[in-house]
Amino acid sequence: MASPVEQFKIEPLVPLDIGGVNISFTNSALLMVVSVCLVTTFLTLSVRGRALIPGRWQSMAEVLYEFTANMIRDNVGSQGRKYFPFIFTLFMFVLFGNLLGMIPFSFTYTSHIIVTFGLAIVVFVGVTIIGFMHHGLGYLRMFFPHGAPLATALILVPIELISYCSRPFSLAIRLFANMTVGHIILQVMAGFVISLGAFYVLPGIVPMAFLGGITVLEFGIALLQAYVFTILSCIYLHDAIHMH
Amino acid sequence: MPQFDPTFFSSQLFWLYVTFILLYVLLSIFAMPKIGGVLEERQRKIDDNLDKAAQLKAEAETAIAVYEKALADSRAEAHQLLRSSGEALAKQAEARQKELGERLADQIKAGEARIVAAKDQALAQVRDVASDVAKMAAAKLTGITLDDAKVGLAVTSAMQERR
Repeated sequence: MASPVEQFKIEPLVPLDIGGVNISFTNSALLMVVSVCLVTTFLTLSVRGRALIPGRWQSMAEVLYEFTANMIRDNVGSQGRKYFPFIFTLFMFVLFGNLLGMIPFSFTYTSHIIVTFGLAIVVFVGVTIIGFMHHGLGYLRMFFPHGAPLATALILVPIELISYCSRPFSLAIRLFANMTVGHIILQVMAGFVISLGAFYVLPGIVPMAFLGGITVLEFGIALLQAYVFTILSCIYLHDAIHMH
Repeated sequence: MPQFDPTFFSSQLFWLYVTFILLYVLLSIFAMPKIGGVLEERQRKIDDNLDKAAQLKAEAETAIAVYEKALADSRAEAHQLLRSSGEALAKQAEARQKELGERLADQIKAGEARIVAAKDQALAQVRDVASDVAKMAAAKLTGITLDDAKVGLAVTSAMQERR
């Protein structure tokens, strides 16, 4: 039986190398391209009819669009409108990465820490730049809460600094860990189904039932984690624009 | 775990940013304006319809007000007409009754006068007859011819006594 982490293995499909840097087109990159194609096709074709009363596909596209728009309006405010395309792209990219990973024998690029960190660091750097753009050097007040006695600065500033800088890590690790663990559980449970079911049918049914339940749960987690990643980005954006 | 093998880190990041930027551009150019346009159009249509509905409602309310005013006016007019005609009729009836009463009173008076006249005449005839009878009875019984004037006087006083 294959190791439970076998599914996360990256296979180079087209080996590429530029100036000694490995940029091979891998199974992970393939899934990213697939997700870009699917998202674009889905969101473009579904609203092609421009129906006043939307059908199923158009409804889904509209719901995703309005969901993200409301998320930004509620969490960032009117100044967040500018960043809507980025947030929407982020949401769709993570969501489709999670959902495509639920297809058996496909690949989950959001289960790779480097990918989630790559996204998180963009959010972190972007949010920091937006913060300095809005408040200039005043953005440094972020690390020292209003109304705290000056003497506590020695303790508060390092704590705030650490908490601020740990944001991209928590963002990246949360998504990566959820996806990885979920897929390992699915793999292990599926292994039980096969190894137990090989002897007798009956004992195989128990892990099979578990597997069914966990699959439903994993779909929920795929949606939830994409939402969490996006809403945390919105909250960071809110902090940068409005400070505390 | 393959996730911590740095061999493909550069490849992963490269393709991540390429596909992410591609998706960003594709969505900004093609998908988002379309979806946003559809939503905006729907909102506009809904607002339009709401406006139209409000306008129609206002029109209906004006029409109702006009109708009710007309109804109240005609009701008042009918009331007025009923009252005035009632008054006229009452006046006419009163006048007729009065006239009738007068005529009846006249007739009664005339009747009474006629009765009085007839009675006087009858009484006068009775006196004449009585005087004749008295004169003839006196002539037959005593053979005396009485004077007309004296007999008439006696009969008259007798009749007055009897009355």
